[in-house]
Amino acid sequence: MATIAAVAPPGANSAADITDKALVGEGLTKVFGGFAAVKDVNLSVRRGSIHALIGPNGAGKTTCFNLLTKTLTPTRGRILLDGEDISRMRTSDVARRGLVRSFQISAIFPHLTVLENVRVALQSSFGTGYQFWRSLRAVAPLNQRAEELLEQVGIQDNRDSPAAALSYGKKRALEIATTLALEPRVMLLDEPTAGMGHEDIEPITELIKRVAVGRTVLLVEHNLSVVSTLCDRITVLQHGEVLAEGSYQEVSNDQRVVEAYMGGIDE
Amino acid sequence: MRLPLLAAVVAVAILLVAPFYFYSVTLMTIMCFVVFACSFNLLLGYSGLLCFGHAMFFGGAAYITGHLLKTTPMSLELAILCGGIFSGLLGLLIGVLSIRRQGIQFAMITLAFSQFVYFIFLQSSFTGGEDGMQAIPRNALFGLFDVSDNAVFYYVVLAVTLVCVFVYYRIVHSPYGEVLKAVRDNQPRVESLGFNPERVKLLAFVLSATMAGIAGGMKATVYQFATLTDASWPISAEVILMTLLGGLGTLTGPIFGAGIIIMLNDYLAGFGEWALISQGVILLVVIVFFRRGFVGEFDALTRYLRGRRAEAAVTKPENSVQAL
Repeated sequence: MATIAAVAPPGANSAADITDKALVGEGLTKVFGGFAAVKDVNLSVRRGSIHALIGPNGAGKTTCFNLLTKTLTPTRGRILLDGEDISRMRTSDVARRGLVRSFQISAIFPHLTVLENVRVALQSSFGTGYQFWRSLRAVAPLNQRAEELLEQVGIQDNRDSPAAALSYGKKRALEIATTLALEPRVMLLDEPTAGMGHEDIEPITELIKRVAVGRTVLLVEHNLSVVSTLCDRITVLQHGEVLAEGSYQEVSNDQRVVEAYMGGIDE
Repeated sequence: MRLPLLAAVVAVAILLVAPFYFYSVTLMTIMCFVVFACSFNLLLGYSGLLCFGHAMFFGGAAYITGHLLKTTPMSLELAILCGGIFSGLLGLLIGVLSIRRQGIQFAMITLAFSQFVYFIFLQSSFTGGEDGMQAIPRNALFGLFDVSDNAVFYYVVLAVTLVCVFVYYRIVHSPYGEVLKAVRDNQPRVESLGFNPERVKLLAFVLSATMAGIAGGMKATVYQFATLTDASWPISAEVILMTLLGGLGTLTGPIFGAGIIIMLNDYLAGFGEWALISQGVILLVVIVFFRRGFVGEFDALTRYLRGRRAEAAVTKPENSVQAL
């Protein structure tokens, strides 16, 4: 943690702010053809925490998430990563600065092998991505790190099989391994347990908990039992605005939140 | 790993003696289209980009190579290389303008550009317009060796083809090739990993255009003329057919695809329009029943058979245990 604090740019607003908050959204607004999907959302994710973004359907979770991952550009407001304004940056530039997202549908490369999937991500910082004249021996030094990452998520036995052949849960694990390959300081996970059977949810929750050590994680999640076991802090959205924020205990006792979820999709 | 290498050695050995048994011009035509189809597969098969105007790189380079050989004393291999470089630069220009588009939009933009290039060649005086560019000399190789005899020239074409196929293999199996395939599989994910997918695809487009140019330049020296046909859209369509027939995204698919189509054209030439009709039927059959193409289906079959054998080997001991 100390090393990360040292990396943060000095001399910005207040030192405590920067070291404490890994990711900040200030007054985020996104308007789609006159309809404000997200209105003036202020969100700050504490460094080292697991932070959840929840809310009933249509609350603006996905839009908010897409703004933070730079898939969408905000109509108004700023996004700060370690105090640096990233509002106008490309996804790829943000990824190189340590903010990496995962996708709702398992974002893997189905025709590559499991090892190759992770190696592609490792190439991002290794700098061989454009070397079309060299043989694969050039990326052999990455294999060991790739294998470590596969071991970390428990799919090392599938190393050489095509990613398309993996089970749903293992695809998710592979995606997390690929994300970890970038050594992200901040990970944004889009509904990590979406579409999963009961038996897959627990191992993935465990896995997220394990890889979140020393990192900051923000996730969008429907499954409230996952949120309650995993997350330190929760932001509840409704109608594109922040309804409540706090620990699971605080939020679940909040009368407004209970009302927002009544008759909703409460699981 | 051993088996493909052995197959490659056998193939080269066959190609070395082939001109003693087959008409060398047909063989050389096949090789030009093998290089052309490989360049196309690099795009469609490995980057997922459908370029519907690949003939502009093929035909354009044929004119440039032909023009250089006719008007300068430039040696043969340099003229072909210059044709490739011309197409590479043309590819860079068109790629910069069109690479942001995807799917059918990209196909249509490249088609529009290729029609534009076609009409430039039609109107230019150096190309000979409708008459084509005639009597392209085969200047000495390296400025030293006379290659005007087809029996000798065959080996020049073979050498260039082997180099191109090796380069194609190298690109596909390079660090870059891995990223390129990842872009094909899931572009947003590659971007989220810190790459600029448009730049990755642009490089593929330029490499592919360059290789298509080498193929075109080679064809101009084989036939010793270059015509508008080489730059016309039916050629763009034919290379798509070759790639699909051979097996999209398989390494050797375009090699077989080009061979099959050129030989078919050759055998069916006497039947006039029946050649085109049979091509249409073949394409239909491949798309409906054999979507993986010749090489793709063959791979799937061997994998299936191997899988069954492995399965049999696994289940047998189990059965015997149960029997005990």
